[in-house]
This record gives sequence, structure tokens and C-alpha cells, in this order.
Amino acid sequence: MNESSPLGALALHFLVISLFAIGGANSVLPEMHRQVVDIAGWMTDAQFAQTFAIAQAAPGPNMLVVTLIGWHVAGLWGALIATLAMCGPTCVLAYVVGGVWDRFREARWRRVVQGGLVPLTIGLIAASGVLLSEGAARTPATAAFTLVTALVLFFTRLSPLWMLAAGGALGALGLI
Amino acid sequence: MADPLPTSLPQDTAPPPPGIGQLFLGFLSVAVVAFGGVLPIARRALVERHRWLTPDEFTELVGLAQFLPGPNIVNLSVIVGARFRGIPGALAAFLGLTAVPAVGVVLAGMVFSRYGDVTAVADMLAGLAAAAAGLVLAMAARMAEPLWRRPQAHAILIALLAFVGIVATPVSLPVLMLTLGPVSILLAWWAQRGRP
Repeated sequence: MNESSPLGALALHFLVISLFAIGGANSVLPEMHRQVVDIAGWMTDAQFAQTFAIAQAAPGPNMLVVTLIGWHVAGLWGALIATLAMCGPTCVLAYVVGGVWDRFREARWRRVVQGGLVPLTIGLIAASGVLLSEGAARTPATAAFTLVTALVLFFTRLSPLWMLAAGGALGALGLI
Repeated sequence: MADPLPTSLPQDTAPPPPGIGQLFLGFLSVAVVAFGGVLPIARRALVERHRWLTPDEFTELVGLAQFLPGPNIVNLSVIVGARFRGIPGALAAFLGLTAVPAVGVVLAGMVFSRYGDVTAVADMLAGLAAAAAGLVLAMAARMAEPLWRRPQAHAILIALLAFVGIVATPVSLPVLMLTLGPVSILLAWWAQRGRP
């Protein structure tokens, strides 16, 4: 793997990101965006929002956006390496901690740490939402649809799939 | 097959522990119907359909999966797989959850980039992206609900700082989290002082 190959950069980037992904893949989207769009220039803003949308619309865990970014940047190897970098180290950690969890699940420090991380996660996911909205908003109507989707999914228990389908359909018909 | 882990599950009502193949298929069945949020679907499969976990065990393992860094549902698959069948079980559950959907997502990506020049496809993708962004906004709003139901000044402050830090400053996520994280934990500790 030489210096100019993006594979090393992909691996390192997602490895670092995974360790900070408290609250799941959605809380590290802005950092992915920063690296992938702003620093490396692998994608445009709109491409990033669309890649995320494809990963959301396809079945499977939403961290597969990482697989898709890897594929976009460096084909099959990119997809594999990005996915493994995102999951490998944290899976090992989950395996190890899962085995000893019973020992400290009631510990007070654990609740304190968790209590401290929750507001941080909320801020990060909200930031993800705003960044994705900016990337997705190509017209005022598109932006309005993002807002409507957010409101519908917040106030109802409708499956997100319906809003994704509606967005796709309205888009294809040229209505938003 | 690896030596089974000493299991801490109550064996009286629980069905026999799943094998490697069952773990793979179980998590695959979760993944292929998982649109948007995976956790509710995982709960239905693991607790209600397969009865591998009790509701309490599920809630607790989800808590652990969320506490650890990395994608939550992936962590959950590793923890559940390992619990029943050690490392091979963890691998089987992980691959069941990710391998087939990864191929699917790449195929979808290929289709969209192949036909991305077709106006209708590009427009559809734009509409999809708008909805997906709204989905994340709704998720953040739901998570933030407790913040305004039972307002705690320090939690709101940290959430706002994290938000502004990411959206409006060039600070990187690791730097932000290594700065705000300890402060937030310290504040959470301060707020919990004197409670049992």
C-alpha cells in the first residue's frame, strides 16, 4: 500500500472514527463528511448526502454508509477495508467487554459515564441531521420535505421507510 | 466448533442455545428487513421470535452495545453471538448482519451511479436524500426529548456545545469529544452527587 493509495487513508480514517462512534454511526457522520468531502475531496456535498440516503434506504445496519463510501473511493477493496476498519476494532472491544460486563454493569461510574455521554451524542446526531439537510437541500421544496419528514417521524410512529419512499417518489416525479 | 461459553442464561424456559448457522441466519433475517432503525426489529427477532434473550437481557445488552464505541447493532450482534458460541458465534452473527446487506448496498450504489445521469434517477436520489436527512433530524429530536422534559442545565449546555462545535467550527470530532467528554462526565457526576 503506497502513499498515494486511498486505502491506507480510508482504513486509518474509519478506524479512528469508529472509536469515537458513541451512539452509533449517525453521530460520526459530520466527521466522515469533514474527512471525505472537505479534506480528501473524495465526494461532493450532494454525493455524500445521497450516499447516506442509499445506505438508509437499502436494508441493513446504517453503518453500511461506510461500505458505500469505501466503494465509491476505491472500489471493492475500498468497501472491504472501510467496513473492516469501522467494525473490526470495536467488535473486538465488544467481544472482550461483553464477557466481563456482568462485573460492572451496576457500577455507579458506569451510569455517570453514560449520563455524561448522552447529551454529547444528542448534539452530535443533531449536527449530523443539519449537515445532511444542507447537503440534500437543492431547492426550497427539498428542504421543506426534509423538515416535513423530521416532523412526521418525530410526532408519529410511522416507519421511516414510508418517508424514504415518498421522498424518492416525489423526487422522481420532479415535485421536490 | 468452539467450546461453548459458560452461559449465564437461565435454562429453565429458554430454548436450546442457537448454533453457528442459526446465529448467522437469525441476524441475517434482522438485517434484510431493517430499514431505518434496526433495534426494534432485532428485539422482535431475538426476544419474541427466537427467544434467545429475555426482554430484560435484551435491554441490558442494548445498553452495553450503546455504551461501547462503534455501530450499536454490530456491537449487539458480536455480544449475542459470543454469548452463545464464543468467537465463531460472534463472527457468524456479525457476518449475518453485515455481509449480505453490504453486497446489497454496493449493488444499489452501482445502479445509482450507473444511471445517475438519468434525470429521473438523480431526482429520485435527491428526494431520498431529503427524507434521509429528515430521519436523522427526527432521531436527534427524539433523543433530546428527555432534555426538555426534565431539563438539566449542564446536559443542555453540552448538547449545544457539541452541536455548535461540529456545525460551526472546524474542530475535529476526536478533539471535540476528548474535550467535551470528560467535562460532560464530570458534570454528570457532579449532578448525581448524593444520590444513591
